[in-house]
Amino acid sequence: MSNYDRSMALTGQPPVTLSRNQKLATLLGMFGLAILLLAAFNVNFPGKATWLSISLMAISVGTIWFSWDAYSKKEPGIKNDGVWFKSISSKGFWGWIAGIALTGFYIILYFYPEYLGLVSGGDNKGVIGLFDPLSKALSGNPASQWFVYGTLYTVAILAFGIKFIWKYRHNRYEKIRTFSVMFFQLGFAFLIPEFMARLNGSSVLNGGSLPYYDLKNMWPLNYYNFEGYRIKGFLSSGDIGFAMLIFGIVTIFVISPILTYRFGKRWYCSWVCGCGGLAETAGDSFRQLSDKSVKAWKIERWVVHSVVVFVTLMTTAVIYSYLGTDTSKYWLTKSTFLLGVGGLLTTIFVLVMVFKREQFQKDAKYGAIGYFVIIMALIGFHYFSGEGNVFLFKSETLRKSYSFLIGSIFSGVIGTGFYPIFGNRVWCRFGCPMAAILGFQQRLFSRFRITTNGGQCISCGNCSTYCEMGIDVRAYAQKGENIVRSSCVGCGICSAVCPRGVLKLENGPLKGRIDSNQVLLGNDVDLMNLVNQK
Amino acid sequence: MENIVIIGNGIAGVSAARHIRKLSDKRIIIVSAETDYFFSRTALMYVYMGHMKFEHIQPYENWFWKKNRIELVRGFVSGIDTKTKKLSIDGSRALHYDKLIIATGSKPNKFGWPGQDLHGVQGLYSKQDLDLLETNAPNKDVCKRAVIVGGGLIGIELAEMLRSRDIPVTFLVRESSFWNGVLPEGESQMINEHIKEHHIDLRLGTNLKEIIADENGRVKSIIIQETGEELPCDLVGLTAGVSPNIDFLKDSGIELGRGVKVNRFLETNIKDIYAIGDCAEQHEAIGNRRPIEAVWYTGRMMGETVAQTICGNRMEYRPGHWFNSAKFLDIEYQTYGWVFGARGKKDYEVQFHWRHESDKVCITMAFDKETNKFLGINTFGIRMRHEVFDRWLTEERDADYIMEHLADANFDPEFYKQYEGEIVAQYNANYGKSVKTKKKSIKRIFQLN
Ligand SMILES: Cc1cc2nc3c(=O)[nH]c(=O)nc-3n(C[C@H](O)[C@H](O)[C@H](O)COP(=O)(O)OP(=O)(O)OC[C@H]3O[C@@H](n4cnc5c(N)ncnc54)[C@H](O)[C@@H]3O)c2cc1C
Ligand code: SF4
Ligand code: SF4
Repeated sequence: MSNYDRSMALTGQPPVTLSRNQKLATLLGMFGLAILLLAAFNVNFPGKATWLSISLMAISVGTIWFSWDAYSKKEPGIKNDGVWFKSISSKGFWGWIAGIALTGFYIILYFYPEYLGLVSGGDNKGVIGLFDPLSKALSGNPASQWFVYGTLYTVAILAFGIKFIWKYRHNRYEKIRTFSVMFFQLGFAFLIPEFMARLNGSSVLNGGSLPYYDLKNMWPLNYYNFEGYRIKGFLSSGDIGFAMLIFGIVTIFVISPILTYRFGKRWYCSWVCGCGGLAETAGDSFRQLSDKSVKAWKIERWVVHSVVVFVTLMTTAVIYSYLGTDTSKYWLTKSTFLLGVGGLLTTIFVLVMVFKREQFQKDAKYGAIGYFVIIMALIGFHYFSGEGNVFLFKSETLRKSYSFLIGSIFSGVIGTGFYPIFGNRVWCRFGCPMAAILGFQQRLFSRFRITTNGGQCISCGNCSTYCEMGIDVRAYAQKGENIVRSSCVGCGICSAVCPRGVLKLENGPLKGRIDSNQVLLGNDVDLMNLVNQK
Repeated sequence: MENIVIIGNGIAGVSAARHIRKLSDKRIIIVSAETDYFFSRTALMYVYMGHMKFEHIQPYENWFWKKNRIELVRGFVSGIDTKTKKLSIDGSRALHYDKLIIATGSKPNKFGWPGQDLHGVQGLYSKQDLDLLETNAPNKDVCKRAVIVGGGLIGIELAEMLRSRDIPVTFLVRESSFWNGVLPEGESQMINEHIKEHHIDLRLGTNLKEIIADENGRVKSIIIQETGEELPCDLVGLTAGVSPNIDFLKDSGIELGRGVKVNRFLETNIKDIYAIGDCAEQHEAIGNRRPIEAVWYTGRMMGETVAQTICGNRMEYRPGHWFNSAKFLDIEYQTYGWVFGARGKKDYEVQFHWRHESDKVCITMAFDKETNKFLGINTFGIRMRHEVFDRWLTEERDADYIMEHLADANFDPEFYKQYEGEIVAQYNANYGKSVKTKKKSIKRIFQLN
């Protein structure tokens, strides 16, 4: 379009140029990655523990050094200079390279872990082998591809978390929020499950063994939580196991609704969740790439709600398939379970239709369709299911296709691999059933909103551009309307980048939460009254 | 069907069009010369700095206009024949109107400096100016130094833009302190300091004498009036204010002053012709406002108002309490009500100023010497809630009340440091009062009960 594209790409002028420190830092980080890559090609490192430490240190220090050089010499404030000039953050050459590399990594991770050196029933080789010492130190077991992934994931959230905190050091909301995601990733997602694995077989668990459990994950994000083998694991592990199973159910039905009512879904999506954690830290440089068009919003709603329907059916089917039919053995039987699910959904649907019909308006159609599909399917389960079969499929097939399509392809390969192309929250926006359910509640039963500050908006577009969820924040702000959108994860960046102080994330009264104004504050009071009355 | 023609697709023209569409089925045509689609002028700086692409500063997707049956014509209106109700576009095409809204905005001021039309000398107002800046100052090799003339809001934005590409900037400000025609002294001082923190060579009390050309008619240097110093530079940014963009109306018979003269109904002297936004000039100033108000919000509010008139509900332009906002590099500024700089300060006005000892945060509250009535507040580095201050102004609260309830007005993001305690302590010390701060109350803020 204009000549900055050319001139900036060719000569690499500020704000695109890297300083000498940044070049060295990049080199250091690359060196750390190179060790992993060499290990993947089966270069044998003597002293695995040492080389692994060197590699992880190099990656972390490289990242932190880079960001220190980028931000520490500047005044605190918004640091978006040159975002759309840099090829990595504007879908340029390096953006695509990074996207392809990440995607490739995910494909290997999910489908060909043997290339990473996974050996079942023997000593691991390759990169996975390199991680053996760390894994043994933590859980006592050899590493798996998931351990490698978990470690790198945690390192990424910590190192880029520090970068993010530097970048937003003028903003305490962002700092505290980022500490929180770093804490939950390191503690809950990484260390605690590893330590818990040590307990397996011990007397604390009555000799049973717990399934791997990241306590902050809840259904439907961990869609597998209620599968037969896990339930067995929980139930075999004495009181602790039972408590964890109960906790899993309570988080969904009690804790999460209460917290979402009070704070909006942000309490989870941008304060606790690991997927969100990675998106907010390592993915921060890509938030501006999300599509803000109304068309993208339409697609989002269809896709994400279909995933909710899919995961509900799949989970129901899985639980259904291992329940019995005989009430005398166990109170929960196949048919009581189906009735229970159907009853619960009907109650929610009726309550929403009765109390929240107005807010629901446009979405009512989607809600009704989703509800209808599920209920029909439940009836279908009942009449057409045989042993091990649900409906016309095997429940196992249903589960496998969910875990392949949604659990692997969507959340990993597309969701993270495509950060540099579609933005950092593609998964959270289009694919995550958890986000959709919390979002539904956020829209209808929550105190959370983003308040628009009267008539102060100048329609500049910073908020929309930097909203990772692709919400056209400006469309609301310039109308003086609060932003109450189910997809908003409460990252607070729209508020941070707004140059006029227009947006504030807050929890307030339900009354008047969604206000739309045709004429904005600052104009003639009579005119405002005349036009804004409804 | 009535033909409404609007000249200018800025915030004023577009607000009028949107509201006319909401109220009626009239045919709406917007003629504008600058760009095909409406964009946010206030955001031009972010495109140069790489925060956004030009498409991001267009508030509506391109399908919006067709869907709302707002016809867009790209062209320059060269003249208006008010008798036959015809516009001529680019001197050739003609367009008939039943009602005409003039919303042609402003153009940068040039005060007749020698050399002001050289290559490399420019203002910052339009999309074309932005493109020109990309040519004149694409990077610090082509533009080894820039000189900015005029210490207003656009000047400091231009300085920030150029600094984002590491281009050395000298900033000539006529006043003795930055923007002190508007800002009280303490605030203006703080901004001076902040400008220097950003490595901008700020020259206060300094005027431009002339701009010197090289052999190709490009700017080579400038001469400073006071010292005669010659500063070599490759870009001169002229940002000494704007004035209405109305040259094309000279022979139209429409009454002109500095802008298009309008009455309180935004009507010009000629029937069925209205003027709104930057280009409109009130016969008499409204309250403390200026007759020409070149700000975004005014354009929007006039658009909202004139739409009513055009759709049969003749309505006076009666803006509510004054408010405004800006950002000086990293410091956000908001104002509600009236706080004047030293020059404009009223004799009944007392100003209470508080500044944090280390953070770049300060406020100035103005109140009436006699009655203690709250007149207005400026805040730097603290966001305030528009609704709350607007209500307090309407309710004519006094200064003590504002201090007591200051926490209700805070609009900073959650977990931010709160300054109310310190502010009120100083207020009490300065005026021998014993106001106690009240805790923030959701009930009061949202007016529940
Ligand atoms: C860099 C910059 C930053 C600013 N920042 C702020 C801010 O932070 N806050 C704030 O309140 N205000 C700000 N302003 C001022 C604000 O942008 C203006 O007040 C506002 O845009 C005026 O809107 P308008 O619709 O009246 O005119 P304009 O936006 O100027 O629109 C007029 C349009 O009409 C076109 N036109 C003119 N004559 C003709 C003709 N004869 N034929 C066809 N078309 C014609 C012009 O090309 C232009 O596109 C800023 C201005 C600039 C330049
Ligand atoms: S609307 Fe704001 S807080 Fe919500 S996701 Fe978008 S940027 Fe984050
Ligand atoms: S960033 Fe602020 S001023 Fe800009 S469009 Fe969004 S709300 Fe309005």
